[in-house]
Amino acid sequence: MKRVYLDNAATTSMDPRVKKAMDSFWSDDFGNASAIYEEGRVAKKAISEARLKTASILNAKADEIIFTAGGTESDNLAILGVARAICGISDIPQKKSLHIITSKIEHHAVLHACEQLKKEGFQITEIGVDEDGIIDLRQLKNALKPETILISIMLANNEIGTIQPIKEISRIIRNKNILFHTDAVQAPSYLDLNVEKLGVDLMTLNGSKIYGPKGIGILYKKRGIKIEPLLYGGGQESNFRSGTENIPAIVGFTTALELAQKDREKESERQIKLRDRFIKKILEMPNTILNGSQDTRLPNNINVSFRGVEGEAIVLYLDAKGVSCSTGSACNSDSLEASHVIRAIKRPHEYAHGSVRFTMGKETKKRELDYVLGILPDIIKKLKNISAI
Amino acid sequence: MKDGTDWQYSDIVKDHFFHPRNVLLRDPKPGEFDAEGVVGAPACGDVMRMWVKLAPLGGVDGVKIKKLKWRTFGCASAIASTSIFSEMVTKNGGLTIEQALKITPQDIVKELGGLPKIKIHCSILADQAFKEAIKNYKKPDVS
Repeated sequence: MKRVYLDNAATTSMDPRVKKAMDSFWSDDFGNASAIYEEGRVAKKAISEARLKTASILNAKADEIIFTAGGTESDNLAILGVARAICGISDIPQKKSLHIITSKIEHHAVLHACEQLKKEGFQITEIGVDEDGIIDLRQLKNALKPETILISIMLANNEIGTIQPIKEISRIIRNKNILFHTDAVQAPSYLDLNVEKLGVDLMTLNGSKIYGPKGIGILYKKRGIKIEPLLYGGGQESNFRSGTENIPAIVGFTTALELAQKDREKESERQIKLRDRFIKKILEMPNTILNGSQDTRLPNNINVSFRGVEGEAIVLYLDAKGVSCSTGSACNSDSLEASHVIRAIKRPHEYAHGSVRFTMGKETKKRELDYVLGILPDIIKKLKNISAI
Repeated sequence: MKDGTDWQYSDIVKDHFFHPRNVLLRDPKPGEFDAEGVVGAPACGDVMRMWVKLAPLGGVDGVKIKKLKWRTFGCASAIASTSIFSEMVTKNGGLTIEQALKITPQDIVKELGGLPKIKIHCSILADQAFKEAIKNYKKPDVS
């Protein structure tokens, strides 16, 4: 039997059209873009075209796109890059006084980069979210200080799919001389990525969540913003990201982004219907709750908790029945606590460890969801019978 | 034996996780068991409850474990480790309390054919639940 893949927030398959676009850049047009001869010029042209296309999708300029090796690198480049660049400017009095605001539900690529900066002497504030998993704007306003240099808030959460009020945040900090970064890796298949409208200065995207190749991402960086690179070397990507360009991946990323944005409205509409029906049916099961806002969430995200049953156990029972999904349960880390996102929305302990995330994709069919709805009650019942609470 | 870095569960773990042995699927009847122990907390994601029925051997030999039933809220390795513990202490007519108290988490891991390293410290509660149950066990008055 074909497996039912419902973990598209973790990674997606690669679209055959993306693969086709990449094909010629492995062995035929393999040149190094830094070379001045024919192969180099072909490579250079491919990158330039990809950069321009990506920029136009984001309503940005070509020189504002930095190709990186993925979302984690882009997040790190944005946060560490901005902090270390500002810290190096002489008229800022004390490195210690510089302040960065992020949220409790960010991806670890953001949170752990901020933790590193804390070790380097920066002040970090992690603002909370409400029970729906939406950033508390009042907390954000209260957290602002004269020393605040950067805010990093994700466009949509990877675990519970909640869409954050990026435009409102941008309005709040307008004219305040604070840079605004957003991790938008979960968004391209569903949301508008116009950086002007969003009002962001830096934005992270990633190929592996949008039916593109893995190991490729971008950082949008508004013209004029200074960042310190993470990598030093041949000075590629305008010195912001040294290393020979990964041309097949760059071309693949751009094709994937184009396709994602072209279909996003149609796919959103289709998946919202599937999502809402799935949520409604699943909540009909006893002792089941939805994690994250019902409406202000990505069309493909369903995150539910079952009382008294552990998430990993559910995931493995579903796996045995041919269904792939994931859990925010702790047991995959050294900590005994539930995931930082589930904790941030303050779920009772009996529910917090029983969270399961289903993330649909463009290939998801209604009958696949019906299959999951059909097998889930027996799985939960069996694990509840074993459970000590 | 797993080296602990990969994420695959052994076939023995999977077998016990998907087909747990000696689960008490109903509430115990009054007097059905001689001892009961609970360890863990919902906040930690693991709670284990264990019921033990003992059989006196007569003389100085102490008592053997006649029956051990359990329920576990926890991940695959928590469930599998309790299940296999329940078999370890009841097979071949049952261990004595003293023998059973000597079982370590390492013994359970070995019996399971290994566990992913990060699972070991948090998910093996069976030996603790058993110790808790025995602590609560009141020896019958023989005087």
